[in-house]
Amino acid sequence: MPESVLGEDQTRQIRTYPRLVPAGDSAILIELGSEIDPDINTQVFALADSVEAAEIAAVVELIPTYRSLLVSYDPTISKYDEMRDRLDSFVTELEAIVEAAGESRIVELPVVYGGEDGPDLESVAEHADLSVQEVIDIHSGVDYRVYMIGFAPGFPYLGGLDQRIATPRLKTPRISVPAGSVGIAESQTGVYPNASPGGWQLIGRTASVLFDVTKSSPSLITPGSKVRFFPVQSHD
Amino acid sequence: MTNPAANSFRVVQPGPMTLVQDRGRYGFQKLGVSVGGAVDIDSLDLGNRLVGNEQSFAVLEILLGGLEIEFARRTIFALIGTDANATLDGVPLAVNISYVAHAESHLVLGMVNGGLRAYLAVDGGVHAPEILGSRSTHIASKIGGVDGRPLAVDDVVNIGESNSSNASGLVLPGYEPESSMVGLENFTVRVVLGPQDDEFSEAGIDAFLSATYTVSDQSNRQGLRLDGPEIESKTGRYDIVSDAVVNGSIQVPGDAKPIILLADRQTTGGYAKIATVATVDLPKLGQASPGASINFSAISVEESQQLLADHTEHFAAAQIHKLVDPISLGVDGELVSVGVADNGEAKIADVDGETYPISIDEYTPAE
Repeated sequence: MPESVLGEDQTRQIRTYPRLVPAGDSAILIELGSEIDPDINTQVFALADSVEAAEIAAVVELIPTYRSLLVSYDPTISKYDEMRDRLDSFVTELEAIVEAAGESRIVELPVVYGGEDGPDLESVAEHADLSVQEVIDIHSGVDYRVYMIGFAPGFPYLGGLDQRIATPRLKTPRISVPAGSVGIAESQTGVYPNASPGGWQLIGRTASVLFDVTKSSPSLITPGSKVRFFPVQSHD
Repeated sequence: MTNPAANSFRVVQPGPMTLVQDRGRYGFQKLGVSVGGAVDIDSLDLGNRLVGNEQSFAVLEILLGGLEIEFARRTIFALIGTDANATLDGVPLAVNISYVAHAESHLVLGMVNGGLRAYLAVDGGVHAPEILGSRSTHIASKIGGVDGRPLAVDDVVNIGESNSSNASGLVLPGYEPESSMVGLENFTVRVVLGPQDDEFSEAGIDAFLSATYTVSDQSNRQGLRLDGPEIESKTGRYDIVSDAVVNGSIQVPGDAKPIILLADRQTTGGYAKIATVATVDLPKLGQASPGASINFSAISVEESQQLLADHTEHFAAAQIHKLVDPISLGVDGELVSVGVADNGEAKIADVDGETYPISIDEYTPAE
C-alpha cells in the first residue's frame, strides 16, 4: 500500500520511534514519538541529561522539546556517521537512562490571583461556571509539567491544566502583558517571563523574576522541571 | 556609561536598520533564547580577519546601507558584504580591504545596489555589552547590542582594545565570499532533506526540488518567506507537535509555501521541516533581497559536511596581503575595486574604470 493514501495517524504510526535523522549538516534530531505524552517527554529529558553528562567534544548544544531532542554538533570535529552511532548508543540504553533519572525539580511560584494582577479571573470563573475561589483552588492544586521552553526566552509550555477551567483566548490580544502574568489559553496555562503582547486570559501574576540575562542560569523555570503556583495575598 | 579612555564611534545617521552582531548566542536555546548573529557569517568572518580581530568579535550589520558614523580616534576598519558605495571623508572606498580612519573621520555609506547587507568591522570589535555570551542584538527579545535595539542617532558605541598587528590596505586574495555576489540573481541553495521530509508526498518533494521560488518581501532576519508552487503534504496537514529548529530549517506551514529560518528564528516551531540548508549556503540567504529567485538542490549530509570542511579550509589557507596605501588611489578618482587576481600575483586597482597595477606584499602580522 503506497504511503500517500494513508491517513495522518497511519502515516505517523508506520514510522518506528525512536529514530535519528539529520537536521542538516550540523544537527541530528532524535525523535522519540510524534505525540504530546508525559512518558515520551520524560524520556526526552532523561536522554538530554545523559548526553550532556557524557561531555561529547563535538556537541555544541541540546534542545529538548515535547517529543524529541535536537543535538547540534560541530561537523569539523565529528562527522555525521560517527555522531549518529554515538547518539544511537544512548537511545539503545534509553530504558536504563529513564530509570536512573532523578525526580523533577519543582519550581514554586507565589501568585496574586485576580484584581489588577489577574484582570480576567472573573470571566474565567464565569466561563467555567465556578466561583473565583474554585478557579484559584483548581489552578493552584496541580503541579504542571514543563514540556519545553520556547517561543521567547524562558517561556514554558506547561501541561496538565484541569479542563474545567480551560478558556478561549481573548478576542483582542493585549498590547502589553506585564512580566510574571499567569494566564490560560484554551487548555494551556503559562506564565509570561517578560512583558510582551499577549492574548491569554490573565488570572494572576507572580513577582518572581523568571528570566534574568545577567545570571549564568538565566531561567528560573528549566526544561523538565515542574511548576507549582500557590496563592498569596500580596507581592510582599 | 561611555568610558572616556575607550575608543568609540558616534552614530550620525543609523540607516534603515543597523545592528551589532557577532557569531551568535549559543547554549541557551533550550531556554528559548534565539541564537541570532550575523546572517552573512562569511562577511563577518572576513571582516574580522581583515582588521586583525578574533573570530568571535562583533561587527555592524547594516541593512541596505545609509549609515554615517564619526570615529573618536584612529581606527582600522573594513567594509564587507554588499557594496554600499561608502566614502571616508569624501574619498570612495572599496569593499574587502582594510582602511584607516582618523579622529573625527566620517564614514558614510550610500544605499546598496543589489544584495542586502553591508558589514563594518572595526579593529578591536564593536564593544557592546556581552549578554549570555554574545553581543548580538536580538530585537524580538530586546537583548544584546545597544539596549537590544538597532542603532539610533547619537548613540556612542564603544570599540574594543586595538590589536597591535592591524594595518590598512589588508586584503585576502583568492577569497571572496559568494554571498557578496548574490544580489537579485537566481541562485541555487543546496539542502539536506529532512528531518521531516516523510511528511510530504513524492509530488510535494518534486515540486520543492524542481521549481523556482522567489524571496517575498515578508522576509527578515527570522526567515525568508518564499513564493512559488505549493508543496503537497501526505495528509493535507502541515503542523506537527513542536520541536526544535536550526539555522536554515525549511518549514512548510499551512499555505504550503516554504519558509527558510535564519539567525533570529525562534528556537522551536510547529511545522514539518522538509529540508535543511547546507551551512555553506546560508550566507547567500542573508544577502537575498526580496525578488531574488532560488532553486533547491538536494545533497547528502556527507556532501554537505564536505562542502563546509572545504570552505573552512579555503578560508583558513588564504593568506592576508598588504596593498600599498589604498586610500590615496581614491583621492583623485572613484576607486571601484581593489584586489588581487586569482593567480595571487597580479595586483590591480580599478579607478574610474581604469586598471592600475599597485604594489603588494605578503603581510605578516606583528606578534
